[in-house]
Amino acid sequence: MNREIICINCPLGCRLEVTIEEGKVAKVTGNTCGKGVEYAQTECLNPTRTVTTTVSIKNTLYALLPVRTSKPIPKDLVTKCVQYLRRIEVKAPVRTGEIIVENILGTEADIIATKNLEAL
Amino acid sequence: MVGYDIVVIGSGPAGLAAAASAYKEGVKSILIIERDRELGGILQQCIHNGFGLFYFTQDLTGPEYATRFIEKVKENGISYKLNTMVLDITSERKIIAINKEEGLLEIQAKAVILAMGCRERTRGSINISGTRPAGIFTAGMAQRFVNMEGYMPGKEVVILGSGDIGLIMARRLTLEGANVKMVLELLPYSSGLTRNIVQCLQDYNIPLYFNHTITKIYGRDRVTGISFAEVDIKDKRPIAETEKEVACDTLLLAVGLIPENELSKKAGIEIDPITNGPVVNDRMETSVEGIFASGNVVHVHDLVDNVSKESEVAGRNAAKYVLSHKKFPSIKVKTVAGHGVLYVVPQIIHPQKMEEEITLYLRVKDIFKDQRLMITIGTEQNPKPIHSIKRLIMAPGEMQSINLKREQILKGIHVNDAAGIDTGLKLTVYIEAKGERKDE
Ligand SMILES: Cc1cc2nc3c(=O)[nH]c(=O)nc-3n(C[C@H](O)[C@H](O)[C@H](O)COP(=O)(O)OP(=O)(O)OC[C@H]3O[C@@H](n4cnc5c(N)ncnc54)[C@H](O)[C@@H]3O)c2cc1C
Ligand code: SF4
Repeated sequence: MNREIICINCPLGCRLEVTIEEGKVAKVTGNTCGKGVEYAQTECLNPTRTVTTTVSIKNTLYALLPVRTSKPIPKDLVTKCVQYLRRIEVKAPVRTGEIIVENILGTEADIIATKNLEAL
Repeated sequence: MVGYDIVVIGSGPAGLAAAASAYKEGVKSILIIERDRELGGILQQCIHNGFGLFYFTQDLTGPEYATRFIEKVKENGISYKLNTMVLDITSERKIIAINKEEGLLEIQAKAVILAMGCRERTRGSINISGTRPAGIFTAGMAQRFVNMEGYMPGKEVVILGSGDIGLIMARRLTLEGANVKMVLELLPYSSGLTRNIVQCLQDYNIPLYFNHTITKIYGRDRVTGISFAEVDIKDKRPIAETEKEVACDTLLLAVGLIPENELSKKAGIEIDPITNGPVVNDRMETSVEGIFASGNVVHVHDLVDNVSKESEVAGRNAAKYVLSHKKFPSIKVKTVAGHGVLYVVPQIIHPQKMEEEITLYLRVKDIFKDQRLMITIGTEQNPKPIHSIKRLIMAPGEMQSINLKREQILKGIHVNDAAGIDTGLKLTVYIEAKGERKDE
């Protein structure tokens, strides 16, 4: 199987032609440097993304608290993660780095607050 | 009238970094004035990650990046006023501001740092024909609604402009349940990061059309749709035969930012017609003595890391200005954008009193692959090369920076040249025309 992807590691944005055989990256062309090969490996076999979104918060200046995953999670869980967090509600005060949800969707990543919000 | 050594206008990353570095330099009487209800500026609504990769070598979200500087300001006990709008500044550094509790305030500052950031271009500045219905937002406005206030601007969305803000909002609205139908870009390329094109559009199968624009907006009370068309690459005029309609209830305009300089103009500060920000020297001082500026108010930055760095220069030098009123003369060198370069900031360098090293920031006019940035110094007739750097890629959307040491600049000029006088010396940055260099 062949896939065309764009390397995101630097502004050059090389178009990589990736050949996948038996669940392994067999060949990469189009890359200008070695990082492109590494990127092709993870992006084709195990793509992950850091998720940034919000949860509801009561008792403060704003209706929403910004949050993120403590590490990247599998790409196909991103939408589910955001949907799950839409139902979460916390109460101020909250500090940056505070864990809001542990081990989100079994990914071993935590959801952490990215902002200090004081109680009113 | 109250007085402070330094007054900083705006509390985005520029204002916060400038205040913290002025404090570190020894000035303790500092006031930050912010019109919003919290410190941090635009970063507070940029909840995505990608900030701080250079400054902290960490991948932070906007609020996390802001928090680090806010904590520094608070630890130092630097005073600030929120919900306070600066209305006027004079060239004598008198500031008029207003807030609900105190009414009209008059503040005298020994030095002022302008850090008011940018505002977004609106429909008025781009000209689309049609009705004036609800449902048209600037991308930043929509970002604030979705990320801070908690309401969605609409369900069926078209985005005009493929800069980072447009791309980030395409993903954000999709994740929040909207159907982002397309992103239209007038130019043949995006000014956004490749990472954002991949992770914000391709991940969600949102089409991006280059060389396209919106030709009409439909709807009476609320937007019901738009027409869009391909444009002629040369004159950017829509090609009538390619016009198509698409239904939508929301249009986001992500068509660029303009430095916020109403106040600067009132203070009589010279504005650069290309950057739309104040003309500044190597210490980030404007044409009015004692008034400094940094961040997006000077020129639009794509990376906040550069904003912080540039603002530390402004803060440090504002402090030096307050602490020692010593004036020593220096030759004045103007920076010039040569072939392929749109602008260079700072616009003026004083080689004999500049810091050990300065950073020149510039933007190129087109996409250049595997080319050299050249720097010369001297008179128009006799420019001497002092530095050159090879870059694999340079694009208009990506600000370039070059560090130059004082010795490098001094080497190119005769220090005895009449001090303090504009000697016509120029520091030119340009892209080497292909084939010009034979030794490689
Ligand atoms: C939507 C968006 C997304 C971005 N994404 C990224 C990214 O992914 N990575 C990255 O590195 N950079 C990003 N940037 C760029 C970065 O955020 C900016 O370069 C940076 O915030 C500019 O800082 P600033 O302090 O100059 O301006 P701002 O953050 O805009 O701060 C200016 C402050 O001045 C205040 N002010 C203005 N006028 C007055 C007045 N008259 N009186 C009192 N206060 C006043 C404003 O309220 C505001 O708080 C993004 C920018 C935007 C807009
Ligand atoms: S392959 Fe190397 S040069 Fe090409 S985009 Fe990736 S990191 Fe940049």
